[in-house]
Amino acid sequence: MKTSKNLIYSLILAVVTLALLFFLEVNKAKYGMAYTVLTKGIILAVVAVSMNLVTGFTGLFSLGQAGFMAIGAYVTAIFLIPTNSIEEVYYMSGVSPAILTFKTWLESTPLWFQSLLPYIALTAGGLVAALFAALIGIPVLRLKSDYLAIATLGFSEIMRAIISSPQMDTITNGSYGLKKIQGFSSLIQVFLIAAVCITFMILLIRSTYGRAFKAIREDEIAAEAMGINLFKHKSLSFIIGSFFAAVSGGMLAMFMRSIDAKTFTVSLTYDILLIVVVGGIGSITGSILSSLLVTASKEWWLRFFDSPLYIGSFQVPLFKTGFRMVIFSVVLLLIVLFYQRGLMGRNEFSWDGLAKAFNKLKSKSSNKGGSKIA
Amino acid sequence: MLRNILRLEDITMQFGGVVAIDNLSLEVNENEIVSLIGPNGAGKTTAFNVITGVYAPTNGAVYFKDKLIVSNFPKGPMKKIYAGQNNGKYTTTIKKTPDQITKLNVARTFQNIRLFKELTAFENVLIAKHMRSKANWLSATLCLNYKEERKMREEALELLDILGLIDVKDEIASSLPYGQQRHLEIARALATEPELLLLDEPAAGMNPQETLELTSFIHDIRSKFNLTVLMIEHHMDLVMEISDRIYVLDFGKLIASGVPEEIQNNQTVIDAYLGVPDDDEE
Amino acid sequence: MTLSTLFQHILTGISLGGAYALIAIGYTMVYGILRLINFAHGDIFMMAGYFMIFAMVSLPWQIAIPLVCIITVILGVVIERVAYKPLRSAPRMSIMISAIAISYLLQNLATYLFTALPRAFPEIPFLKKIFQIGNVSSSLVTFITPILTIILVVGLMFLINHTKIGMAMRAVSKDFETAQLMGIRINNVISATFAIGSFLAAVGAILYFTDRMSVTPFSGMLPGLKCFVAAVLGGIGSIPGAMVGGFVIGLCETILVAMGYSTFSDAFTFTLLIIILLFRPTGLFGEKIIDKV
Repeated sequence: MKTSKNLIYSLILAVVTLALLFFLEVNKAKYGMAYTVLTKGIILAVVAVSMNLVTGFTGLFSLGQAGFMAIGAYVTAIFLIPTNSIEEVYYMSGVSPAILTFKTWLESTPLWFQSLLPYIALTAGGLVAALFAALIGIPVLRLKSDYLAIATLGFSEIMRAIISSPQMDTITNGSYGLKKIQGFSSLIQVFLIAAVCITFMILLIRSTYGRAFKAIREDEIAAEAMGINLFKHKSLSFIIGSFFAAVSGGMLAMFMRSIDAKTFTVSLTYDILLIVVVGGIGSITGSILSSLLVTASKEWWLRFFDSPLYIGSFQVPLFKTGFRMVIFSVVLLLIVLFYQRGLMGRNEFSWDGLAKAFNKLKSKSSNKGGSKIA
Repeated sequence: MLRNILRLEDITMQFGGVVAIDNLSLEVNENEIVSLIGPNGAGKTTAFNVITGVYAPTNGAVYFKDKLIVSNFPKGPMKKIYAGQNNGKYTTTIKKTPDQITKLNVARTFQNIRLFKELTAFENVLIAKHMRSKANWLSATLCLNYKEERKMREEALELLDILGLIDVKDEIASSLPYGQQRHLEIARALATEPELLLLDEPAAGMNPQETLELTSFIHDIRSKFNLTVLMIEHHMDLVMEISDRIYVLDFGKLIASGVPEEIQNNQTVIDAYLGVPDDDEE
Repeated sequence: MTLSTLFQHILTGISLGGAYALIAIGYTMVYGILRLINFAHGDIFMMAGYFMIFAMVSLPWQIAIPLVCIITVILGVVIERVAYKPLRSAPRMSIMISAIAISYLLQNLATYLFTALPRAFPEIPFLKKIFQIGNVSSSLVTFITPILTIILVVGLMFLINHTKIGMAMRAVSKDFETAQLMGIRINNVISATFAIGSFLAAVGAILYFTDRMSVTPFSGMLPGLKCFVAAVLGGIGSIPGAMVGGFVIGLCETILVAMGYSTFSDAFTFTLLIIILLFRPTGLFGEKIIDKV
């Protein structure tokens, strides 16, 4: 009985979300900020969930998100720059012949194939990143996971250095970046892709493999004694996590329409870590919620920190470019020091949980009211 | 008909200059309950770690059901400081990882309980079933293995039921009382479908009543799951009552072996446990 | 490549390696004691660069250099007290995240205070003096760096091996809990470790940026990563190892740049890390640690 009730609630939530997205799509011009924040928020939710899969559920500390996102973004971009403007994009040093042949070949494919191109591009980006992840994983995942953090961080920085190097000009357009990337057709498309990715990861975590990941997180030696091959499962989690980080990177490229290497600095990884920590390490719904919340605060609600603020003729000190990011880093530090569970801890959102929390709140306020019937 | 299920041959385990196990050979026959006893630091847990593949021994071999599962000989820096005999007898190196050995149907528990602390009792047992799953990650994610998944869950529940843990199946492992945590660890080990079960101090931290119950409990699971048990234990009452045979280790060396009565009256064993008077040591 | 240009490159490489070695020691010491990759170390190094810029505005270098060293040491110790000390008993990942939060904070703070644009590093006149040996000519800093590095490492080794605090450090790095039970004041030892690490990072920063001539909020990132690789190469926890690692990486990088592969010199460091981890995870001088079950 109860489950069917919860199902109805969930359906209502889905319908409301869809209606909201549809409304925003129609009134794009009027609610530009909300539109942007929702798009970017849900794109970052994909990478945040993927980081949570690796870090929160498998206990591996990977800091390569920016690097994998860069791979996804560049692969997707090369797929999705219209063939007739490719010369224009690479105006500085020309296009590599390989890309040109590839683009002409894409032109010759049947129409149904071309209409699926965005999905194919995102998948391809993910696969390339997964390959890189497998290569890094071979040496690193056999060791203590400390090294994974530094190896992936190093990988990410070096990926960025290589992308912007002059030797790569004809492929990545060096420091000029890629432009004119085909965008999303609608906000609903963004949400659908994100939903598929996130659902996939949730199903993985709930499967027997997900339980094995959790076992590794809890106690590697006991997990091994239970017949779980540590290397195989760690690699699996790391590779799948990297795949979805790259998909998210590709979506970011489609959203921004133009990318360059500066987008994918270590700060991006740190931003995602912030989202995961705020949401609760080990909570998928926490990551999604926090991704929307952090993005909204950063791009919208807390923007005013970065511009000088006047009250009358008095200029409030501290408010200038960069202050916002200082606040965010302090928030990250404070959460780690004093409130490690974040928004959700390791719990997931559920209607029952919501009802419980609501009741708790209600009983608290009624206690305050001082009713002494009992 | 007694059939040999586990055999250790000339196992030596050195950590640098420290010899934790010195030329240990022992045998465990099918369906036996064998105890490994000895004072603290005698090398009992190290022996378990060698059998389960956590450590690669410096020298020696381990056979499980007459199949070689671990084999090693001193090499590299170990060769220079190797303290044992039979140097060069074993020339092949076979080192299975702990998970491979578990797959061969050898399960163990740990001296200092190593449950998956933040997970429920049910999940703890379910995880041990993962290794036997035939589904690959993709089909498992897409729920194509739902039949197998259902079977895994049923079997896990059944085990929890047998071990009297069904009422606490949704409790977080670390919140369970000590005795139940020990039981849960055994349940988890049984879920891997072992033929040989290694118990590392199953009675540690239990009160006399619980220790008493453990005797019948171990007998029960042996007959129910058709097990062979190798056990490390300090509670002598339990050891003497339950064991078919006993091996005694002291400072890494095997000092005695035999049926409980023999061990009880063995002077070397008594000396090892009580210590030899000082004036004898001159 | 003529012989004299080769010498020139080797000299530059050794000099760069000296600066790397000084930073790498900070990583290796902190890892040896806390088993923590101090992600903020590269950013402490970057901050030292900024401190020097501002100290040199109004002070002569003779005063500016010690002042910068003192401020950096204070920064390092304060970071340890604020961000790492409360998490002593927390899971390892929490401390790592805390270290990243500090790194993130320092980068953002530097951007906020000094903008993201590169700032010119002041010239210390005597370090920039041109010095000549045979056909090889270079500024004095190039010669001083490796010599100073070796002097500092020898001094540090003396401190570690022959003083009370050094003995305490060795004890803590061997076994944290037992050292604590033996009455060693863990927090003092850890503070001392961070003080030494930060001091060396400050010296390294002055030498490094004198050569590079500008500082940005992200200047600490890549050198920090490279120096961690240097520490891994030398065997994490080993101070002479970190020094050797620093010199090796500095030399290789300079030679690769000289051959025209400047971007790939960064990739080289990373590849080196992977190779070390594949074939010799304990590095050149590291000890193998056996996990207790």
